[in-house]
Amino acid sequence: MYLTDEQKRMLDGEYGEGTALAMRVQVGIGEAFGAERMLPITRAHVALSNQDADVWFAEKLAGLGAKCRIAPTTNPGFDVEYFNEHVDLKPVDMEQMNRTLMAYQKLGAILNFSCTPYLYDNIPRQNEICAFSESSATPYMNAIYGAKSNRESALSALCAGITGVVPEYGLLLDENRKGEILVEVEADLTNDFDYQLLGYAVPKKIGHKIPVFSNLPQMISPEAIMYLCAELNTAGAVPMFHILGVTPEAKTLEEAFGKRDYEIIKITNEDLQEVHEKISERAGKIDFVLLGCPHVTLDQVIKIAHMVEGEKLKSELWINTSAHTKDVVKRMGLLEVIEAAGGHVVKDTCIDQPIWHHLEGKLGATESPKCSYYAKRRQLNFVIRPFEQCIQGALKGEIQ
Amino acid sequence: MTTKQVYPCHKISEGVCAGEVLFSKDDMMFYLCDPVTGKVIEENHCLNGQSVSEKILVFPSGKGSSVVQTDGLYQLVKQNNAPKAVIVEHPDTVLVSTCIILGIPMVDQVDEAFYQCVKNGESVRLNTEAGTIEVISVSHV
Repeated sequence: MYLTDEQKRMLDGEYGEGTALAMRVQVGIGEAFGAERMLPITRAHVALSNQDADVWFAEKLAGLGAKCRIAPTTNPGFDVEYFNEHVDLKPVDMEQMNRTLMAYQKLGAILNFSCTPYLYDNIPRQNEICAFSESSATPYMNAIYGAKSNRESALSALCAGITGVVPEYGLLLDENRKGEILVEVEADLTNDFDYQLLGYAVPKKIGHKIPVFSNLPQMISPEAIMYLCAELNTAGAVPMFHILGVTPEAKTLEEAFGKRDYEIIKITNEDLQEVHEKISERAGKIDFVLLGCPHVTLDQVIKIAHMVEGEKLKSELWINTSAHTKDVVKRMGLLEVIEAAGGHVVKDTCIDQPIWHHLEGKLGATESPKCSYYAKRRQLNFVIRPFEQCIQGALKGEIQ
Repeated sequence: MTTKQVYPCHKISEGVCAGEVLFSKDDMMFYLCDPVTGKVIEENHCLNGQSVSEKILVFPSGKGSSVVQTDGLYQLVKQNNAPKAVIVEHPDTVLVSTCIILGIPMVDQVDEAFYQCVKNGESVRLNTEAGTIEVISVSHV
C-alpha cells in the first residue's frame, strides 16, 4: 500500500507511539481490503460505548500520547450526575464512565455524547470522505448526504480521527456505492414509526446487498430516515442505500444501479405487521417508557411536552436526547413541563448502559426496535409502539 | 497420508500459531460467547454450546454492531478463552480492526481445497507472514 512521507512518519513513531499504533491499524485494514492508498478525512464519529474494550483502547491510545487530528464526535455513555441523583448508581459504573470521559477528553474528541451527530454537530456536504461508526450514523452519511464512509468500527473510526486518514476501499469507491437490489415498497407508510418496521423487515430479504427503495414519498422526515437507518443496522448491516428520486445518488434508476443487473423484491403491509408482531411484547400494563434509541429529536421532545402538559404520568418516562435538545427545551420552558408531569429528559445517555437496574424484569414501552433488541440483555422487556402511543401509555399506565 | 498439506491464505492480522480447527457455517458474534467458558451462547447458532477457546476458528464473516463485537472478543481475551486465530471468507471492518488491536491472527482468501479437505479437530499451523496454513496432524475420529 502506498503511503505518503507524512503517513510513513506517523507509522514510524515520529508523532509518538499512540499515533503509530493508530496508523498500524489503518494500514492493517487497508491491506486487508486491498486499498492502494490513504485518503484524508474531514469528519469522524466514534461509537463510544463505555464498555470495557472501549475504555481499554481509549486509555491505551491516550496513555501513548495520541491526539486526534480530526476531532471525532462521540456516542453517549451516561450522564453521571443525573443518574447519581435519580437512580441507585454503582460506584464501579460511575468510575468507568468518568474514565471514559477522561480518556476521550485527553484524545481531543468532541464530547457531544450523541448518537445522532448527523442532525446537529457533524454534518457533511456531498462527497466528503468521513469515518463514521454507529448504526444509524454511517448510512445517514452515505445515503442521505452523499458523503462517503465505510461501516467503521468504534476502534477504526477513532484511529481515523487520530491519523486523519482512512484506507481507500469499499464505499469510498464510486463503483461500490451502486444499488444491487430494488425494494418496491407497497406498504402504506402512514407515519414515521412505520420506517422502523421497514428498516427491520428489509435486511433478512436482501442479505448484504445495497438496496434501492422505490415508491417512497418525496418528503420523508429526518426522524423517519433516522429510524430506517438504525433498524437496517440492527436487523442487518446496511451502511449504504438509495431512495429513488430522493437521495442524491439515485435521481433515476440508471443512476442508482449504474450498469448493474438487479433483483426486485416487494415489501407489503403484511411484512411490516409480521415484523411488528414478532419483535414487540403484548400490550398491557407498563411500568415505564424508555425512548431515544437513537436519541429523540427536538421536534419530538416538543410534541411530548405538549402531550403531557398539566398531566401526571402513571408510568416512569425516560427520554434520551442530545445535550442541545435538552438545553433548547429548557429555554423554551418545556423541560419543566415534562418534569412536572413526572418525566425525565436525559442528555448524554444511551439505553445500553448499566443504569437501568431498577427496570430489570419489568415491562416497558419504547418506540425503538433497536432499544428493545439491545436492552433485552439487561432484562428490560418492551411493547414497541409509535412514541405518541408510548406517551399515552405512560399517562394511563397501560398501552394498547 | 504422506504429502504435506499446505494451503495459501492472505494475511489480515499478523501472527504465527498452531491449534485445532473449528468450523462454523454461521457468522460469528463474539458478544454471544460466554467469556468464562468460551462457549457460544447464541440460540440457533450452529456452534451453540461449543467452546471457541484456543481454537483456530473458521467462519464466513463477523456480524453485529460496531461496538459489541469488539467487547465480546476483548472479554474472551481477558479470560484466555479467545480463539487462537480466525479464518474468514468475508472480512468486515469491525472484526478486522478488532483482531489487529487485540493481536489475534486473522486471514482470508484461503484456498477452496482447505474447506473441502480439512475437518473439525485437525491441527494446523497458521503463519500469516508466509501466508500459509499447514495441516500438522489428522484427528482420529
